[in-house]
Amino acid sequence: MMIQSIDYLAILPTLIVAVGSVVVLMADAFGTPRRVTGLLTVLALAAAAVALVPGHGRTTFCTGRSCSYVADDFATLFQVIVLLTALVVVLLSHGEIGRSALPAGEYHFLLLAAVTGALLLASGRDLITLVVALETLSLPVFALVALRRYDGVASEAALKLFLVSVVSSAVTLFGISLVYGVTGAMHLDRVAAGLAHVPADLKPVAAVGVVAVIAGFGFKVAAVPFHFWAPDVYQGAPLPVAAFLSVVSKAGGFAGLTLVLTAGFWPLGGTWGPLLGVLSAATMTLGNLLALRQRDAVRLLAWSSVAQSGFMLAPLAGGTRVRPHESMTATAAYVAMYAIMNIGAFAVVTVVARRGRRDLGDYRGLARANPGVAIALAFFLVCLAGLPPGVMGLFAKVVVFRAAIGGAATWLAVIMAVNTVLGLYYYLGWAARLFAPAERPETVRVGRTGGIAIAVSLAGALVVSAAPELVLHAAALAVP
Amino acid sequence: MILTAMLVVPFAGALLTLFAPGGSQPRLTRLARLHGLFFSAVTLVLAVVAAAVFDYGRRGPQLGFDHTWAASIGLRFHLGVDGISLPLVVLTAALTFLCMVYTARVLPAADEGTGPARALIGLILLLEVGMLGTFVSLDLVLFFVFFEVVLIPMYFVIAHWGGSPGARERARAAANKFILYTLLGSGFLLVGILLIAVNAHTLDMTTLAARHGAGLSHNVQLAAFGLVAIGFAVKTPMWPLHTWLPDAHTEAPTVGSVLLAGVLLKMGTYGFVRIAVPEVPEGARVLAPWLGLLAVIGIIYGALACLAQRELKRMIAYSSIGHMGFVLLGIATLTPVGVNAALFGNIAHGLITGLLFFVAGAVKERYRTGDLDTLGGGMLAKAPYLASILTFAAVASLGLPGLAGFWGEMLALLGAYQPHAGLPRATYVTFMALGGLGAVLTAAYFLRLLARITHGPVAERWVRTRFADVRAHELLAWTPLITATVFIGLWPKTLLDLTDGAVRVLLGGQ
Repeated sequence: MMIQSIDYLAILPTLIVAVGSVVVLMADAFGTPRRVTGLLTVLALAAAAVALVPGHGRTTFCTGRSCSYVADDFATLFQVIVLLTALVVVLLSHGEIGRSALPAGEYHFLLLAAVTGALLLASGRDLITLVVALETLSLPVFALVALRRYDGVASEAALKLFLVSVVSSAVTLFGISLVYGVTGAMHLDRVAAGLAHVPADLKPVAAVGVVAVIAGFGFKVAAVPFHFWAPDVYQGAPLPVAAFLSVVSKAGGFAGLTLVLTAGFWPLGGTWGPLLGVLSAATMTLGNLLALRQRDAVRLLAWSSVAQSGFMLAPLAGGTRVRPHESMTATAAYVAMYAIMNIGAFAVVTVVARRGRRDLGDYRGLARANPGVAIALAFFLVCLAGLPPGVMGLFAKVVVFRAAIGGAATWLAVIMAVNTVLGLYYYLGWAARLFAPAERPETVRVGRTGGIAIAVSLAGALVVSAAPELVLHAAALAVP
Repeated sequence: MILTAMLVVPFAGALLTLFAPGGSQPRLTRLARLHGLFFSAVTLVLAVVAAAVFDYGRRGPQLGFDHTWAASIGLRFHLGVDGISLPLVVLTAALTFLCMVYTARVLPAADEGTGPARALIGLILLLEVGMLGTFVSLDLVLFFVFFEVVLIPMYFVIAHWGGSPGARERARAAANKFILYTLLGSGFLLVGILLIAVNAHTLDMTTLAARHGAGLSHNVQLAAFGLVAIGFAVKTPMWPLHTWLPDAHTEAPTVGSVLLAGVLLKMGTYGFVRIAVPEVPEGARVLAPWLGLLAVIGIIYGALACLAQRELKRMIAYSSIGHMGFVLLGIATLTPVGVNAALFGNIAHGLITGLLFFVAGAVKERYRTGDLDTLGGGMLAKAPYLASILTFAAVASLGLPGLAGFWGEMLALLGAYQPHAGLPRATYVTFMALGGLGAVLTAAYFLRLLARITHGPVAERWVRTRFADVRAHELLAWTPLITATVFIGLWPKTLLDLTDGAVRVLLGGQ
């Protein structure tokens, strides 16, 4: 029996959030008011963000040279993004909890529990840890979606999400068992070493395992053909939860997928590279085409976030032709930038939707009534479309185009070029509505927390626009 | 440093318009106009200072500024001007300033559809940042960033201040068409430049141009030139990718049309000269004859389409397609003569078509229509100065010797007579002949235009209408353009000498 020493400084951020979730639940049991629960949650997230600093660069749970928990650049970038966007979600939830009569304690507990999973997902470096993290991220979300117990649509959405998630977990586990059977390893670096020397007769088994794992993650990140659940769930869930799903959950899913592929399954890149290329092209095209038809703001964001997933998959399409380091940094950078701009868009939509205004037509004249909110939303939309003045979105596009071209997937880059036009059409159509005249523009009451949420997202977007280097070089340790 | 300041000043001006001062509506409008005048004037002064301290003996880029922006992707904030970009920089700063002078008196007709004056001023300043930045960047991705900056402001200028009061829907459709077309081009452009960058491992345009395609395989060069050319061709615009242009020009407000024709189109041809031809020369040599063919089709098509137009602004818009065809033909020869002609044609077209759109805007403002039949004839009797300036602009545009329009077209045709050694000469001589035919047709439609609206008796319906002839602010905005057209028409060598050195560096070994 070997007793491992644990480097608590490395796992401190995850630990803080995990402990925070329990504290919030306890506090609620003792009848703490809703406002304080929310404040505690915000404090936990902020403390975790601070704890990232001393933990950076540390590793723990190591056997030999392979570690299960690593706080490298890659993990830290994802954790910063997860904590920041989760903070915005908490701020947005403040009003929603009151209006929809959600139980504040459970709500915040579930949220923090899911964040724990997302943080772990970015730091985990062995297949078991990743699966456990993925489940920790997913399970609380079903409950979050279903928290509006009186609402049939929400319950249906939760059930849909639950079924999809269970199936995808089963598929992932099946794939992992095959990979383990072939390589006899769980740590990603050992899996990579094992896959590099697979006997020829076991190659098909390994390939099936890899494809199954990709399919499992495909559900989580809503890639075509595993995307169908996303719009219904987004629409049925309370809006802050939809924001959480489309940003935090997705970031977590992509962190896991990128890690598994670039750090673990790299030697089989010839197999999964082209597959991801096709998935990427199909995802962005279908997502965009369906987003074009949407009239409801939330459904539009849902489909557009499916389309954005396609762009995030694109750097991985090069397979072994790109250095794993490059496809990893490209995907990480795109996810990070997407997270900031999408949480911003969701923040504005949540604020505007308070009076049930979710139709795109309701956004007409917002620039007259609430110039600040309208300009913020226009900026986020232009970022998502990838055009200046949304410089951040443009950099995100440049990074993934570059990786796709570097991987000799120029055909994919051309499809992406066409897709940016499709995306622009609906993002700009929405942005233009903001400045269009309205019969009787109604001022939206933003509220303090809503205002802070929008301001935090906007500040993030501006900072990354000016200094894109912040998110551009986040590679995992030991990835060549 | 001066180049950075030249970008920072209009950007700061644009940002400031986000903050609304208090006050009554007329006061706000007056403030906005002064704001625009001030920031564009400072920018123009900076551009003129840059031209003054420019060392005319050196060929490479100068007044450089180089700073790392995003090291991971090799992106640098790298600026510089040479003989090719300097005239375009001055033209941009000058046209923007003149637009502000014009806007200082004439705001596009305000109704429910338009936004406040300061929004228009802010958008024009932002547009200026993009235009200037495109001409001074020396980093591929930075170039692309600035190339894209112009899209959103121009979209809103057309959509919100274009069209006529009560009929904004068409302007919105035109704006949509404009941005979707150009973004599609930009997408291909991005793929093309990244294809170059990934294979050459650098984003630095000076290094890439100095290598003349060394280290890039034939196929990469071919694909990259094709993709980049589509991107620039949409912007230029080249037949058959021109269909966004007539709508956008017609619907845009006067300042929008002037900047669109005067500067935005040049960004496309500038891209050809700065990026496509020098960086992937092998691809250019293979595809240049096709470029030439499309250019010539554009010349003829533009001229024929002009003959069929019944609307003043639309006709000028179509004439741009013909003129840009000459510019593209010059580039397609791949010789210093041709490329110099192209750059000359660029500037000349910017001056003359800018003036034409100003005058067309003034005509539309007075007559409240641009329909040639409704306008009738007799403008020389009705508003002699306005009609004279229109006549001047039209004959300059049709290429009267002694004015700016002549040299660009003449030299482009001359270049086609003796194309680059690796190109099929017979084909180019055919292009030259067809281009000459196009020049004749150009003369035909402009003379027809003049005959219809300036000469003859005043149409019945206008006899009783009274309106002012050329007003002070208009004269102020137009005189510099007229002077420059005459000046570079009489002394073309001043401009040709300036571009020639830089062109020879870019084309290399000639």
